[in-house]
Amino acid sequence: MKFTKVTALAAAAILSAAPAMADLVFPSLSYRTGPYAANGIPFADGYADYFTLLNERDGGIGGVKIKLIECETGYNTQKGVECYEATKGEGALLYQPLSTGITYQLIPKATSDGIPLHTMGYGRTSAANGKVFPWVFNYPGTYWDAASIIIEHLLDENGGSLKGKKIALLYHNSAYGKEPIRTLEELSKKHGFELMLLPVDHPGQEQKSQWLQIRRARPDNVIMWGWGVMNQVAIQEAVNIRYPMDHFIGVWWSGSENDVKPAGEGADGYKAVTFHNVGANYPIFDDLKKYVIDAGKAAGAGDQVGTVLYNRGLYAAMLAAEAARTAQKIHGVKQITAAMMRDGMEALQVDQARMAELGLPNFGPEIHVTCANHGGPGLGAIQQWDAKAGQWKLITDFMPADREVVDRLIEEDSMAYAKEAGITPRDCK
Amino acid sequence: MSPVFLNTLEVILNGLMAGVMYSLVALGFVLIYKASGIFNYAQGVMALFAALTLVGLQTGQVPFSHLINAIFGTEVHHFGWELPALVAIVLTLGVMVIFAILVERLVLRHLVGQEPIILFMATIGLAYFMEGFGDLMWGSDIKKLDVGLPSGGSFWLEDVTRGWAAEGADYYGMYIDLLDVWAAIVATILVVSLTLFSQYTKTGRALRAVADDHQAALSVGIDLRTIWVITWAIAGFVALVAGVMWGAKSGVQFSLSLIALKALPVLMLGGFTSIPGAIVGGLIIGVGEKLFEYAIGPMLGGATENWFAYVLALLFLVFRPQGLFGEKIIERV
Repeated sequence: MKFTKVTALAAAAILSAAPAMADLVFPSLSYRTGPYAANGIPFADGYADYFTLLNERDGGIGGVKIKLIECETGYNTQKGVECYEATKGEGALLYQPLSTGITYQLIPKATSDGIPLHTMGYGRTSAANGKVFPWVFNYPGTYWDAASIIIEHLLDENGGSLKGKKIALLYHNSAYGKEPIRTLEELSKKHGFELMLLPVDHPGQEQKSQWLQIRRARPDNVIMWGWGVMNQVAIQEAVNIRYPMDHFIGVWWSGSENDVKPAGEGADGYKAVTFHNVGANYPIFDDLKKYVIDAGKAAGAGDQVGTVLYNRGLYAAMLAAEAARTAQKIHGVKQITAAMMRDGMEALQVDQARMAELGLPNFGPEIHVTCANHGGPGLGAIQQWDAKAGQWKLITDFMPADREVVDRLIEEDSMAYAKEAGITPRDCK
Repeated sequence: MSPVFLNTLEVILNGLMAGVMYSLVALGFVLIYKASGIFNYAQGVMALFAALTLVGLQTGQVPFSHLINAIFGTEVHHFGWELPALVAIVLTLGVMVIFAILVERLVLRHLVGQEPIILFMATIGLAYFMEGFGDLMWGSDIKKLDVGLPSGGSFWLEDVTRGWAAEGADYYGMYIDLLDVWAAIVATILVVSLTLFSQYTKTGRALRAVADDHQAALSVGIDLRTIWVITWAIAGFVALVAGVMWGAKSGVQFSLSLIALKALPVLMLGGFTSIPGAIVGGLIIGVGEKLFEYAIGPMLGGATENWFAYVLALLFLVFRPQGLFGEKIIERV
């Protein structure tokens, strides 16, 4: 009996004890299996390799080692929530859910648990309003920014006017795919173009009807909001009907090497919007080679380095590390908590000088996050596929979204959410 | 002719072609169900595995290279040679035969006499095993598949049909993807070959005997295990054909395994035991869903094809549970 009591007390003490605080814990909700593995692997590799680099080269962040806990979601919302629940007790500082579905489920949970979410270029767009969503960040850009930047690019190409033009949106028939519709509808009213909506059912392997419609209607441009196999099939179908590829432009989740390579030479000229630069021609990749890849510590086979999605994972990890560093500075401690991490994210300032110091000169636009603006600068550039060279090239500078339209929509949607969820927006003065 | 009429004709034509692609997947299900009464959940994954193996062999990829490199610290990825498509196809067929033997030895043999639901569950397990095994063997990156089949719209058809529309009409000619035409030709050859094989060869007759009555077939000395190996090997061949045709459109990737979803309404409509049923069912689903999407889809917000295919199949189930060509089940109490 005595033994049982002692054992029980010991077990209770262990269970209730604060998690080991020796490391800065960053869970990685990755998907290396399932239908989207080909996209999930490079992102997860980039995310992990950057943290490994910091551990190996700098001894972590501010002298504290980073502990990456990878949990496989298979891009499945239920599994993603399970991963969150299983890892949050490890002292998690930040979650990058890597799925709009998982993000929607985690917003109330993470808010209540006091752990920040970084939904970089995905998730709930109106979470950019930090007054309503203090624990959610989607810098450096949102879906609505992406939609608007694409239209800005088309305006540039058409002498500043889209009046009378016909633009088709080919979208994944899901919450993710429907995200840009509202923005594009507003922009079609503002600029006088006709918007043609073409939903594609999951997973998007069969798109004959949609492309026959495109062939008949001959839209001036096709915008794609796809993911996974939908992207590859759409690009192949566009090649098949001989749609001009430089008039076909995807969101940043429809613009990786995986999307264009299966279509071969035909995909030449296809475009996509992006919130970071392309390629491996940055000093940081020398360090990655020396400390991570050649040292046999790479998360994957090392064959994804420099691809669009690897770079995106790397960029996400860099922004997380910079926010942790900022939090350490603000609070004057090395061992930060999730709440401190949130403060660091909200005060994040990454200018070009800092990017150069990090070995990523001009890799992305400058980022200045504030209490009210969690969406960051909302800038994007256009990348274009060069099939012969087998690489993406940035063909524009980073340009702003139509803030007048996008900010109004964010305000409306976030306030509607606040009302529905009984949230009183905080004062950000 | 009016452009509306010509567009409708184009939709029907493309629906027929899409139907052929669905039939290719459904055929594999039918073959195994006929011979063993098993609804093979792994048929879609078999198509993926066959296509992965084909591309891997064709491009000289070292199987399990990630695993080998991780264990031995090596950096081997490719053998350094590339195989002609035909040689790679033959070798892949060999792999699918080995796969069929292993399925019989390691799974089916131990489940003889079990309820169909147990066998169905076993194929679910097999599907998950093969998903992981295929990934481990060939990697999960998206692979370009090129076996030399032409693809893209037919210029000839466009040119010929452009003149059919009234003068001045906004019409660009009829569209058909050459890859779909090739899929239709291959499917026709496949069905004719399967029919000839089952009608005029000893093994084919044995297959039909097993399909008709297991017990009676056993009593006349037909080796059930050999028949199962042959059936699974043929289903593997059909899976390879389906994998090639679908993989040429999307690249070879995990999502190929989901093409099985397109076969289910075809099976419900055509029946699980009929090869002609799989073909006719595929064509009806293909044309039906494309026409519905063309005529009614815009009023409902689009993306109606999957929904329509299953609703149509459901209607058939209500009025003809065995499908169009399936065998009517009569149980006497």
